Amino acid sequence: MASEGTEKKTRREFLNFILGGGFTALFGAVFYPVLRFVMPPAKSEAFGGSVSAARIGELPPNSGKIFPLGESPGLLVHTAEGEYKAFSAVCTHLSCTVQYRPDLGHIWCACHNGHYDLTGKNVAGPPPRPLTEYPVTLSGDNVIVSPSRGA
Amino acid sequence: MRLFPSLYGWVSERLDVTPLVYLVKKKSVPAHRHSLWYYTGGMTLFFFGVQVATGILLLLYYRPSAEAAYESVQFIMTEVKFGWLIRSLHSWSANLMIGAIFVHMFSAFFMKAYRKPRELTWFSGAFLLFLSLAFGFSGYLLPWNKLAYFATKVGTDIASQVPVLGHSILVFLRGGEEVSGATLTRFFGFHVAILPAAATFLLLLHLLLVQVQGMSVPPALEKNPNAKSIPFFPNFLLRDLLGWLLALLLLVVLASIFPWELGEKADPLAPAPAGIKPEWYFVFMFQTLKLLPAEIWFIPGELAGIAAFTLGGVLLFLVPLLDKNPTGRWGRWISRLGWMVAAYIVAFTILGYLWPAAK
Repeated sequence: MASEGTEKKTRREFLNFILGGGFTALFGAVFYPVLRFVMPPAKSEAFGGSVSAARIGELPPNSGKIFPLGESPGLLVHTAEGEYKAFSAVCTHLSCTVQYRPDLGHIWCACHNGHYDLTGKNVAGPPPRPLTEYPVTLSGDNVIVSPSRGA
Repeated sequence: MRLFPSLYGWVSERLDVTPLVYLVKKKSVPAHRHSLWYYTGGMTLFFFGVQVATGILLLLYYRPSAEAAYESVQFIMTEVKFGWLIRSLHSWSANLMIGAIFVHMFSAFFMKAYRKPRELTWFSGAFLLFLSLAFGFSGYLLPWNKLAYFATKVGTDIASQVPVLGHSILVFLRGGEEVSGATLTRFFGFHVAILPAAATFLLLLHLLLVQVQGMSVPPALEKNPNAKSIPFFPNFLLRDLLGWLLALLLLVVLASIFPWELGEKADPLAPAPAGIKPEWYFVFMFQTLKLLPAEIWFIPGELAGIAAFTLGGVLLFLVPLLDKNPTGRWGRWISRLGWMVAAYIVAFTILGYLWPAAK
């Protein structure tokens, strides 16, 4: 009889294992797709090409313009000296969109009062890192910004 | 024929409602010099009810997409009969509800209402506070205006500071790398489905616990042999109703004299406007982040600030477990700490409004 008892116990254990394993598998099979569903599919990776940010003559010296750089905004600055410079317009602090301040002659973020100079370097306020600078070329009538070429 | 007794008879032949009647008859509310604070929970419940009713009405016209959201709210405000009233009531009531929650929370805190056996009531209440902040944050974006757009950018970026999982949280919240129409659709889903479901469940639990355990009496008054009480029905309930009537009056006056603004439509290619602020109940945190230096020792300032507020939230939730001896020395220190936190919140909120927008 003792052996039958042991056998029964083993059978119970086996059934519990199957049941527990089955529920675990079910749980995984239900929640894995849900988890994947709530994370949006990645769009085509970071914007690679070049973009025409503005027309020559559109921006007077000492002014700036936000332009679309793939999904995120870029900032084109026409400096008082007549040079074109392009940066990511996403503040490195908490990702507000920065702007060029003609009165200060440099870049400013309104959200938490962050300041960047015209090399993109964070010079005052909370931003922890410089803005990424992008190479600018003039081609015919257009000011071309090329993030893919790096800076 | 008297309708009510026959209806009551019809129901009670099928379902025994005597325990419920007994509960209502027996329930009483302690009466003492701090009883006024007992009405703050009911006040919060009233504003919540207004939110549910006006929210359902707004759903009839609102469209959750980047192309149509702003225009649909504009339509509600200008074309729909009483649309301006319904939307303004929803916005004002949301703000008054958060205010009522803070008063309710601090009054429960200082009266030490969380002490045994009411820890679960405190936990569910703290959860409801966090849910209400999430309600406010998600609802703020729905009109798709400029201020909300950037407040959401900053708010979701803050979530991305969480170590390791931060970026996944950001993508989950935004529905992508950037705040876009996908974010709006998600926030709409949170605001009208997920948060209401969670809040309804927790609210029922919170109210059930209050019914089962009754009102807590502050420790200093607990031992009073001449403690008085008033019946819940009808005495307390009538006073509650009077409070609700006054709250409704205040709401209608505010919504009529100061209809909620819509602002400018969000434009992903516009720089952040000067002087952007989140809703007032986030201002003390916003102002703190603004004043922190880029680096504290070697930790980025923003990360340090966010970690401190997260810790604050966790400590708030755990208050019943931390305050082991509410009437002792340690308990008095916890109360003092509470006053300091309240003073900090008030001071930095005021500072946030006085601080010059640009420098």
